[in-house]
Amino acid sequence: MAETLVALKGLTVDFDTGKRVVRALHGIDLDVAKGEALGLVGESGCGKSVTWLAALGLLAKSARIGGEVLLAGRNLVGAPMAELERVRGRRIAMIFQDPSSSLNPVHRIGRQLGESLALHRGLDGAAAQAEARRLLDRVHIADAARRLGDYPHELSGGMNQRVMIAMALAGQPDLLVADEPTTALDATIQAQILELLGELRRDSGMALVLISHDLGVVAENTDRVCVMYAGRIVEDAPIDTIFGAPTHPYTQGLLAALPELDGPRRPLVPIAGMVPEPANLPPGCSFAPRCERAIADCGRSTPVAAELAHGHRVACIRASEARA
Amino acid sequence: MTALLEVSDLVRKYEVRRGTWPFGKGATLHAVDGVSFQLDAGRTLGLVGESGCGKTTTAKLVLGLVPMTSGSVRIAGEALPAPGSMEWRAMRRRMQMVYQDPLGALDRRLSVGRQVMEPLAIHGIGMASGRRDKALATMDAVGLASHHFDRFPHELSGGQRQRIVLARALILDPQLLVCDEPISALDVSIQAQVVNLLLDLQQRLGLAYLFISHDLRMVRQVSHDVAVMYLGRIVEQGDPGRLFAAPAHPYTRALVSAIPVAKRGRRRRLVLAGEPPNPVDRPAGCAFHPRCPFAIERCRVETPALRELSDGRRAACHLAEELPKSLAA
Repeated sequence: MAETLVALKGLTVDFDTGKRVVRALHGIDLDVAKGEALGLVGESGCGKSVTWLAALGLLAKSARIGGEVLLAGRNLVGAPMAELERVRGRRIAMIFQDPSSSLNPVHRIGRQLGESLALHRGLDGAAAQAEARRLLDRVHIADAARRLGDYPHELSGGMNQRVMIAMALAGQPDLLVADEPTTALDATIQAQILELLGELRRDSGMALVLISHDLGVVAENTDRVCVMYAGRIVEDAPIDTIFGAPTHPYTQGLLAALPELDGPRRPLVPIAGMVPEPANLPPGCSFAPRCERAIADCGRSTPVAAELAHGHRVACIRASEARA
Repeated sequence: MTALLEVSDLVRKYEVRRGTWPFGKGATLHAVDGVSFQLDAGRTLGLVGESGCGKTTTAKLVLGLVPMTSGSVRIAGEALPAPGSMEWRAMRRRMQMVYQDPLGALDRRLSVGRQVMEPLAIHGIGMASGRRDKALATMDAVGLASHHFDRFPHELSGGQRQRIVLARALILDPQLLVCDEPISALDVSIQAQVVNLLLDLQQRLGLAYLFISHDLRMVRQVSHDVAVMYLGRIVEQGDPGRLFAAPAHPYTRALVSAIPVAKRGRRRRLVLAGEPPNPVDRPAGCAFHPRCPFAIERCRVETPALRELSDGRRAACHLAEELPKSLAA
């Protein structure tokens, strides 16, 4: 097992809505190893983005964060702003779904890249321009020198996402958190961006956390997957296990609900019901009301994640039966 | 037998100006450029392609929501009446549209029941009490309970809202539903519920669907026939099983190979260089040739026509029969 880079221990997030406090994240335990590619999947509102926004202290003030985020032995939760700012971008960089709203529309690409180079690497003037050009080359933007003078609206969505990746690379981070990086892009452009992320990871050895609602995207680009449901990790396993022998009923349900592109057409098996609201979770296992295998005990207490095999954790009291 | 929907040589052009007003030259944007297809009652035609390829414009042209530049649309043998006319309004009863974002398609200040009944009032069908019963029956058919009748859209989940939109479209007993990305805004576990509902309704009511989506897997799941569009034209059309298993057009190949698969076993991927060109700058010859790894000289000069191949499908590519079988280019 490679050395751990970031460890989340019992990470919780509570949002204060003014009327009451709603818990969005119920204790996330997650290790990211150096150079690892980890996928985080789940439906909207399951907490996959909030996990990393909380870890980097990027949530609004109404959010109360508990637990620990350990980076090289230092806890980032409650750390002073100066320390967080040394981590963001420099050790852990993050890119988001919609690149054009992450870029400043009134500044040229070159200036925005130069800003992160000045901040993280202390470069300015000609050195920053040269490095910015090298970064655009690195993300395969043709004619990089000229593109530095372009504004974001002059570039397409795919190109803007490449610029965002170049900005993330400016700090030479150890971990890149990509939050639905291709969701807003067309299929052929998505393939280009995912290929680029894989290539950068192989060359630089940085770790990647890929947040996605698309199991296919995660399957092809990561080694390990955590499936999240209603603010908890319900299954954490190597990619072959998730797709070959999924154990949590929710993971099984997600896979059965997906159509395939080859083989005979089979009827889709939807998961009954809908995702509960964070303010209104059922007692016990949050998935129990939608679960076909639920028994009375499922509604009594929240299942604790147990290790079934090496590197395979499942939070389901019937997990060992399911496997048999 | 006459097809329910027969579209031939549909064209929609927009006059645009290149550059900043008042400078720049006039130019023509071909949003839809000679699209023809047929759809029989009770069948589904899937329309796929990337953003800006003309899928949605085609759908709106079919319903007369966007006036066409030229071409013809025939519904059960009759030409589509002039949009806005009385005849067109009567015709629209038989053809309804379902949009991607249900919250945007619903009125937040009207109760679910009011919205589902509204089409009956617009078309002057039935009496008030009968309308309520009809609405409840339609809501039941799409899996909504009677207690949803007095609720408001924001009180329901995304999947339920899409069911309201469906109920509102179905209350007029249409023959054709044009579904523009009907499930893209929904979560994976809910998408399967809505797709199964669409298939079930088709079986029970004999509906025809024009199903627009960028999700090839869902399109394969629901369609009897699939058309792939690129820059306003159909580049390949045929049976979904064959089309996705062995695409004939290089663009279809790239689309299919761009889909990440959940099953392990990474395939060789045909990653296209570049991005779709601006429809104003439609490349000469085959519009796809600048991105095509197989392009030859002829592709730069001569626009390939959509022609029938030996296995019954249609493709617009000079090299359709000669391309290497493996995906690696």
